[in-house]
Parts: sequence; C-alpha cells; structure tokens
Amino acid sequence: MDVVLASRLQFAVASLFHFLFVPLTLGLSILTAIFETLYVKTGDEDYKRAAKFWGKLFLINFALGVVTGITLEFQFGTNWSRYSMYVGDIFGSLLAIEATLAFFLESTFIAVWHFGWNRLSPKLHALCIWLVAIASNISALWILLANGWMQNPVGYTIRNGRAELASFIDVITNPFGWMEFIHTVSGAYILAGFFVLGVSAWHLARKNEVAFFKKCFRVAATWTLIFALFEVFNGHLHGSEVAKAQPTKLAAMESLWETKQGAPMYLFIIPDEKNERNKVELFPIPGMLSLLAYHSPNATVKGLKEWPREERPPVTLTFWSFRLMVGLGFLFAALSVLVFLSRDNPGRFPWLLRILPWVIPLPYLACEFGWMVAEVGRQPWIVYGLMKTYEAVSPISPLQVGISLLAFILFYTLLGLVDFYLLFKFARKGPEPRTKVSLTAKPATI
Amino acid sequence: MEHNIYQVIWFILWGVLWAVYFMLDGFDFGLGMIMPFVAKNDMERRVIYNAAGPFWDGNEVWLITAGGATFAAFPKAYAIMFSTLYTPLLLILFALILRGVAFEFRAKEESPVWKAVWDLCLVVGSFVPSLLFGVAFANFFLGLPIDREGILHGNIITLLNPYGVLGGLLFVVMFVVHGATWLCVKSEGDLCRRARHVAEKFWVLEVLILGIFLVATGLVTDLWANFFRYKILLIIPALALLGLISIPAFLGQGRYWWAWFASALTVLMTTAFGFAGLFPRLIPSRLDPAATLTIYNASSSPLTLKIMTAVALIFVPIVILYQIWAYKLFSDKVSPEFLETEEAY
Repeated sequence: MDVVLASRLQFAVASLFHFLFVPLTLGLSILTAIFETLYVKTGDEDYKRAAKFWGKLFLINFALGVVTGITLEFQFGTNWSRYSMYVGDIFGSLLAIEATLAFFLESTFIAVWHFGWNRLSPKLHALCIWLVAIASNISALWILLANGWMQNPVGYTIRNGRAELASFIDVITNPFGWMEFIHTVSGAYILAGFFVLGVSAWHLARKNEVAFFKKCFRVAATWTLIFALFEVFNGHLHGSEVAKAQPTKLAAMESLWETKQGAPMYLFIIPDEKNERNKVELFPIPGMLSLLAYHSPNATVKGLKEWPREERPPVTLTFWSFRLMVGLGFLFAALSVLVFLSRDNPGRFPWLLRILPWVIPLPYLACEFGWMVAEVGRQPWIVYGLMKTYEAVSPISPLQVGISLLAFILFYTLLGLVDFYLLFKFARKGPEPRTKVSLTAKPATI
Repeated sequence: MEHNIYQVIWFILWGVLWAVYFMLDGFDFGLGMIMPFVAKNDMERRVIYNAAGPFWDGNEVWLITAGGATFAAFPKAYAIMFSTLYTPLLLILFALILRGVAFEFRAKEESPVWKAVWDLCLVVGSFVPSLLFGVAFANFFLGLPIDREGILHGNIITLLNPYGVLGGLLFVVMFVVHGATWLCVKSEGDLCRRARHVAEKFWVLEVLILGIFLVATGLVTDLWANFFRYKILLIIPALALLGLISIPAFLGQGRYWWAWFASALTVLMTTAFGFAGLFPRLIPSRLDPAATLTIYNASSSPLTLKIMTAVALIFVPIVILYQIWAYKLFSDKVSPEFLETEEAY
C-alpha cells in the first residue's frame, strides 16, 4: 500500500470515528441546557433529573469525542505535512482560533457543570451547560470554515511558494463554509433529537418513568421537527453552492456523465464507473437536476466526461453516499412530522414508539455519508482546484503508516465498543430516582 | 522571508503555551504515575482520580492550543516537527486517549477487573506522554537529524540518544514531584502523608537529574550561548532552581499549595530555559545548519501573525481568568462526602 492511500484511509478512519461522537455533543449539549433551563424556570424536579440523565450520556459520549479530536489535529502534521506547509498560513490559524475560542471554554465549563451541582446556584449552573453548548457549536463553525476553505478556497494569494492569507474577512465569510456549518449542525441536532426520542420511546414502550420520559419526548419532538424540515431546505441551498464551487463533485453526486441542458433527475440510478455510464437510469423528472442546481429547468449541468478521468472523484462512492444521505434526510423529515403529531400523547402511534429506538443509528449513518460526499467528492483535490491530495502527504515510510493505520483501527474499535456499551447501559438504566418522592402524584398513562 | 516583531511575539507565545501545558497537565501525569505507589485501596485511587477530575480536560486543551499555535504561526515547523516525530507522537496521542477515557469510564462499572484495566490505562497513559515529551523536547534542543527537505535521517531509536533519554527522565521525575505535591494539596491523612513522602524522595532525584541535564546541555548543545550573550536570561534557570529548592522547604512546613506553586515554577522555568536557549531557532538541524527551522524561515505571513496576535491577546487572558476561577471553585480537598455523590469519578 502506498503512503497516500494509507494516509487517506487513516484520516478516514480517524475522522469518521471522531464524527460518531461529535454530532451528539453538538445537539445533546443544547437539549441538556434546555432541560436544565426548564428546571430553573419551572422548578420541576423532573427537568433537573432530565438534565442529569441526558448530561450523563452526554459526558460518556463527549469523552471519546474530545480524545479522538486531538489525533485529527495532529494528523495534519504527521501525515499531511506538505499540505500543512502549503496552506498552514490560513488553515492553521483557523484551527488555532477554534482551540482558543471554543475548546478552552467547552472543557473548562463541562467540568464545572459536571462537578459543580452543589457548588453553584441553579442559574449559574445552567449557564455553564449553555456555555458548553455554545462553545461546542462555535468550534463546529471554525472547523467547518477550515473545511469550507478546502472545498472552496477564497481570500488567499500564492506567495513564497505557498498559499498565504490575503483577506481574513473573505475566509471567515466563505459562503461554502457557512453552508457546511448550517447543514452539519442541523444534521447533528436531528441526530440528538432522534437519540432523545429513541431512548424516551424505549422507556415509554416499557412504561418506565412515564411522566419523565413524556416530558423529554415532548421537547425533543418539537426540536427534531424544526431541524429535520430545515435540513431539507438548507441541504438544497448547500447543493446549489456545491454546483457553483465544485462542478465535479455535483456531477459525481448525481452520476451525470454527459453535459446536458435541462438535465433530468433520475430517481433510480446504478452507476457504471468503468464504462463511464449508468447501468440503470429509471424514473426521470425532466429538468429537475438543472432546476435544483441552478434554479432554472433549462440550465446546463456539466457531466463527468468534461474532465479527464484523473480529475474526477470516485463516482460510485460519492453517488451512493449522497443518495443514501438524502433518502435518510427525507425519512427523518417524515418521521419528525409523525413524532410531532404525537408529542402530547407519545402512544398515539404505538408502532412509532416501537420503531423509534431503531431509528437512533440512522442519523449517524446520514452524518457519515454526508462527510463521505464532502471529502470523497472533493477528490482528487485536497484543496479544490489548488492542491492535489497526493502532493500533500508527508515524506514518511509506508510501513510506518501501515502500522499506525492498523493500530488506529484496532484501538478505535475497542474504544468504540466500550463507549457504546456504556451509552446503552446508562440509557436503559433511566434517570436516577426522584430524591423527594411524591407519593401522591398519579402515574401518567400513555 | 522578512523579519518582523510578530515572529518574536509568537515565539514567546509558543514557548508560553507549551510551558503552561507542561505545568498543568504535568501534575495530572504525575498523579497517574504515582497512583500504584501511594494508593492502597479503591477509595484512595478514587481520591487521585478526583484530584485531577475537574481539571485534566481543560489542561489538555493547552496541548491542542500549543499544537494549533505551532500550526498557525510556524506551519513549516509544525509540519516537520510532527511528520519527523511520527511514531512517538502517535504513541503520545494514543496514550492520552487511554488516559482521558480512564477518567470517564472507570467509575461506570463495579467490577474490580474493569477498574484495574482503567487504572492501568491511567498509569500507562500518564507515563508514556511524560517520557516521550521529554525525549522529544530534548531532541529539539539537541537538533534533529533533518535535511533541507525536512526529512528525518533516522528513526525512533535515533531519538533515544543519551541526551534524549535524559530529557525523558527529567520530565518523568519532574512530573512525579509535581503530581505528588498536587496530591498533598488535594488529599488528607495517610494518602497525603504518602504523597509527601514520594514528593520528597523524587525531589532528590529531580535535583540530580536537572543538574546533570543542565551540565549535559552545556556539553552537547549550544543552548547556554543565548544566556551568556543576554545575561538577563539567566534569571530563567535561576528561577527554576529557586522553585526547586523551595519545594522541600514548603513540604516540610506542610504548606502544600506553596510547594505546588514552587514545583509549577520549576516546570515552567525548566521548559522556558529550553525555549530561551533555542531562540530564534524552532528546530535546529544536526545535519545541516541551512536546514535549521527558525522563526524567520518557518513563520506564517505577517497578516496571519497579526490576526493571531490579536486573537491571542484578547482571548488567552480571558481563558486564564476563567480557568483560575474554576481552579478556585474546586480548590478544596477531595472529601469522602464528595466521593459519595453520583458525579464523582
């Protein structure tokens, strides 16, 4: 195996694994903050228990997110040192700002929140989890501005044999980065929403802590509806941004080989990468692709054959990742409407309650597919149009990378298993019993 | 490339970030390393976990920021530093992962085997980074065998030269003393007494190894040259020694906070000694002086450095303020009552 491929695989393993933990952090921090705020506002002990229960799951998840994030930052140096030299002037500063603005805030206040239940006033304590939620979302913004720059480099000039910063404003207002940010965090919020819904549904179906989980379900139902619908809308806008900035990625996402005016969208396609065509193309919607990409049914969409083979991304992988992500996105939107309709009476559709726990893994898949589209679809570029991936790799021995790749896979698999085991265990265990048990309260029914 | 004042500012900030990182995470590492020697039962082990509990994560962010600052301010140095130290760096990162999850996972199951596994992870995850950071930084002081393309001529064995190993030992012993004084601050009774005993014993070793290290530095590197050129810099090693000799004095009086501050001063100033000696070099090359990375040939553009300076000058003081607030909030000893709560590790 060569160094480029091994390093790419290693980065893929490290980032896809890292991203198993990030979205729940982004979303569940806000949901936990909402529960704790409801406690401060209403004095309802259940909301305090909710903050503690979801907070505990948050912490188990957060631990692995933190420690696997560090390896990502340092891999730019270990495996992609030529990239780091070439674009560090811009990319490095975004990472450093992320650490300074967000990571300190996040790590300091999550500890204060975790250990500070008896040391701070309820309001100040709730403020801590809000700071954590804000900090983790700020960190998402900066890292996605950094990734957005790799997708759509702006505000730079080539000087001294590298890309140097020309306009900081251009870099931090990069529309591609902002679209990525909005799309990624909304996806994360959907994931966290279905996580809370799924765990709550599991307990509700078993009549555990019914009153408690009904409250959680209700909050998560509205939350999930908002972001699941918003995601469809902003996903469309993000797609138009891709069409503008990365025509090769768009063509691969749709497996479009020939340039077409008024390009249709096929509901079902099986790409045949080797022969530069599609094996199967079924159910066309005339002009739809042109309309979605360029807001006009007659617009011309460039096909993959416009570019030589070595300038195209892997089509099959990009295409299927995109299709599955979009399909899941629509499924989430549909489910979220049903969930919303049953927010006051979670037992309204009994089958929904039974399937919701099984829905939990699906947004995880959608997030990972999204990253595959973003990163695989950008190939062969590491910085679109500016630097090829093979030029970016470190001058290190393939053996070294081979060993570390193997170590990453083994090590991360073990850690992932332990972490998900603990998440399962504590999710099923439910909240700690009420401290002040009120025996008069009637058990709620569903 | 042109010289400018921001390159100097960022060299100083770079040194400060690494020094603060070692000062803070150093005591976490020390706690992990001394745990098998000072803790006699599960309760005492839990005191050790909780002595670092509210802090280790925030401490580790100084490493992320030091890494990020290296990337932002001196991208070429970041690239060469981390690609040439590929294997040791990944070992450090894996060890840090084990250390981090040990904190979070250990208390989540009652089984003694489960706990023993995470205890082992904590010990290994504290020892490996201490040793390897020491080895790595000693090798920076010595100079790496890199050519003009930034390619390392050698492997991990090349780094384990006598001076490198000496640096590793120095970090291990320094952090053991640092962690032991922190445990004196955070614990009571027998555990506190044992921690003090460890601190005092390892302090003797620390004096010995730091002495040898400073002499060896004079023999095999030219770090001291800067100190003789600018005599004012001699205050840095002087403060390191002042900190060092104060540790047992404060320990003897039972003034543990002061003993810890003295140890913190030692860690800060020992690291600063290395950086002050390197200036203006970031990573000297042992093979070819022209391959040496300096703040002038490895820095970012003046615009990036200016923006980063503004960000650092505004936000780092804020970070320091809220971190001090958090330290004060959890400055009391780890009490048995706290260990009863569900939040405790």
